Formats: sequence, structure tokens, C-alpha cells
Amino acid sequence: MPAQPGPPLGDQTQLGESDSRNEAQLIQRVRSGEHELFYELIRPYERRVYAASFAILRNPANAEDAAQEALLKALKHIRQFRAESKFSTWLIQIAVNEARMRRRKENSDRTEPIANDANEQGEYKPRDFADWREIPSEVLERKEVREKLTGALASLGQIYREVFVLRDIQQLSIEETSKTLGISTASVKTRLLRARLMLRDMLAPGLGGVWSGKLSFAKGEKPW
Amino acid sequence: MVVNCEHVWQEISNYIDDDVDPGLRAAMEEHFKECKHCTAVLDGTRNVVQLYGDERMFEVPFGYSQRVRRRLEGNVGGNRRTFLGWMVATAAAIFFVGSYELARSATSDREGLKSEHARSSAPIPPELMVVVADEGKVFHGGVACPFIHDKAKTRSMPARDALQQGYTPCVRCMKQYV
Repeated sequence: MPAQPGPPLGDQTQLGESDSRNEAQLIQRVRSGEHELFYELIRPYERRVYAASFAILRNPANAEDAAQEALLKALKHIRQFRAESKFSTWLIQIAVNEARMRRRKENSDRTEPIANDANEQGEYKPRDFADWREIPSEVLERKEVREKLTGALASLGQIYREVFVLRDIQQLSIEETSKTLGISTASVKTRLLRARLMLRDMLAPGLGGVWSGKLSFAKGEKPW
Repeated sequence: MVVNCEHVWQEISNYIDDDVDPGLRAAMEEHFKECKHCTAVLDGTRNVVQLYGDERMFEVPFGYSQRVRRRLEGNVGGNRRTFLGWMVATAAAIFFVGSYELARSATSDREGLKSEHARSSAPIPPELMVVVADEGKVFHGGVACPFIHDKAKTRSMPARDALQQGYTPCVRCMKQYV
């Protein structure tokens, strides 16, 4: 007999109290065997799962495959979810582990920009002091801007990229990031600082000058 | 507290995350008022955090959601088929075991359903002393058997020997063994 679907969840990843209750009920129902409801449960997070995989694997096809595999593993191990963390955090942890495992198998570290990984404890000094004015988030509608951002992130060393992805893209806390990656909170903070500053150095000359010049903000035009 | 540029750069990430103590925060804010370089670094770093935190940053491949859903549903269906398979296999096993047990019990109970004459005979104790007569190849339980015509020409022997010599039990006096 087909299971009756529960109330749909919204797309927002920051759940309200009502959505959290719905999510808890959905989790319980899936754990009780109503596996048909699992997609409803993970739907608000499927983009984040893909983003976590993509940020680590840097290849859309591999990222999608890893994301799907991670979701299947989540379904398989749903009874192990103890609600000690948020369901979204649990999902992201599975996705990160799956992507890291695949990256190790593919030995893609050979292409890592190892210069960024070296000298982690050393201080990082900003190289560029271009004035990067606040820009509207609508620039993300432009494909070339997204590609610049994606490319800059991909050029980071793995240890910085992982921390940055979990903290600033997946919005995990410092503690959750530390737990997911199995490193200390101090290391998370150090790597996060360096990742943010390196990205700023890479992007400020373009988004603060050359690229944003094309946006013609000063003229009040909307080029997108 | 007074901070220099290098100190500000090392704490700028914590400053954005509001993870610095009030004294350091105040000192950094004073520094930003005077230092354009550090202000540029602060603004740029904030922009990085803001832009990458936007969910539009990562475009999912076209059809991604449908493929995820299909794969999950396929997996759920697969589980169900496997479950049904196990159910069918279990039912078949129960059927065969039940049939076997039924047949076995029917066979063992058949003796109880037979008439007294149709039941299998009890084995003759080999050491049981029986009487044989010269008049035929039959052995009897004793000389009193009315089927012995010439009671003077009889002799005793163990049933084992009588059987070995080709004698058969008398259907009258040894009917319990026939």
C-alpha cells in the first residue's frame, strides 16, 4: 500500500519551528520504513549536497554521482541518525565523506595546487589592497561571475577549500566543520582565514575593478 | 589596546564571524577608521563570504533533481522487490517444509488407521521357543495349537532356527506375529 506523503517542506534550508517538526516527523516515518518519503525529506538540501560534492571534486559529473551516492547512503543509514546534529549537517557530512573518498580513489591530488597547502602555520599577508566595493548579489546571475568564483575556489588547496566550503558555503559552525573534517577548531579557524584572504586576493582585482567595471554600477545600469 | 595591520589580518576572519573579544573588536574598529588597506581587506573578505554563501553560487546540472528522485525511488523499489522476493522465498520454504511434514506425519499415522489384521506384524523374538511338526513347514507357539494334527511328532527349537530352516509362523496360534 503506498504511503501517504506528508506535508511538503519548503525550499529554504533554514527551517522554522514548524518545518523542523515536519522534518522530525518525516525522519521518523522514513526510519519506520516509509522510504518513499525520503526524497521529500532531502529535497530542501539536495542542492547543498551537490555543492559540497562539487566543491571537493571540482567536476560536475563526478559531483552529481557522488551526491546521489551520498543520498543513497543516507537512506540506507537513516536509522543511525540520532538527531544529535541537524539533519542537514548529517547529510553534508555524508556527502563530504563520499566526495573525499572518491577524490582519494581518483588520486586527483596530483593536480592540487600544493603551494597553497604548504606553510599552513605561517602568516598570510594580503597581496592586493584594491578597494572592493560592496556589490549586489545579483551579479551571481551572471554566468561569467559564477565561473570566476568557482574557478577561484577550485584553485585553493584542498585543506582550505574543504574548510571554506563547509563553513561559508554550507554554513556549518566552526565546531561542526571541525567534527566533519576531523581537525581541531583552531585548525578550522586558521584554514578559514587563509581561504578567505586568498579568495579575496584572487577576486578583488576583478570583482573590485575589471569585472565590476563591466557592470556599470556607477551609471545605474543593470548589465545582467 | 592598539593593533597593527598584521594583527588585524590575522583576526579579520574571526572579526567577521563575531568571534573576537570586545576589547579587540573595539581596537580593530579604531584601526579600520585610519587604515584604508585593512578596510579594503575587510570589505573584500566580507564580499567573499557573502557571495559564496549565496545558494545561486553553485548551479546544479540540468535535470539533477529528477535524476536524484529517480535514483532514490529506484532504490526504494529495489528494496521492495528484494523484500517481496524474500517473502515469496519464505512462503515457498514454509510450503515445502509443511508438505514434507504433513506427508511424514500421514505416513507414520497410517498404522493407527489400519484394522488390526492390516497392521504390520510384530517381529518374532528370535529366542522364542516354538514347536515344529513333521507334517509341515509351520511352527507353532505350543503343542496345544489345534492346527497340529500329530502332536506326538513335534519338537521344540528357537524361532530363529525355525525361520532359518524355512518354517513359517502358524496363522492361528502366532497370529500376533503374522
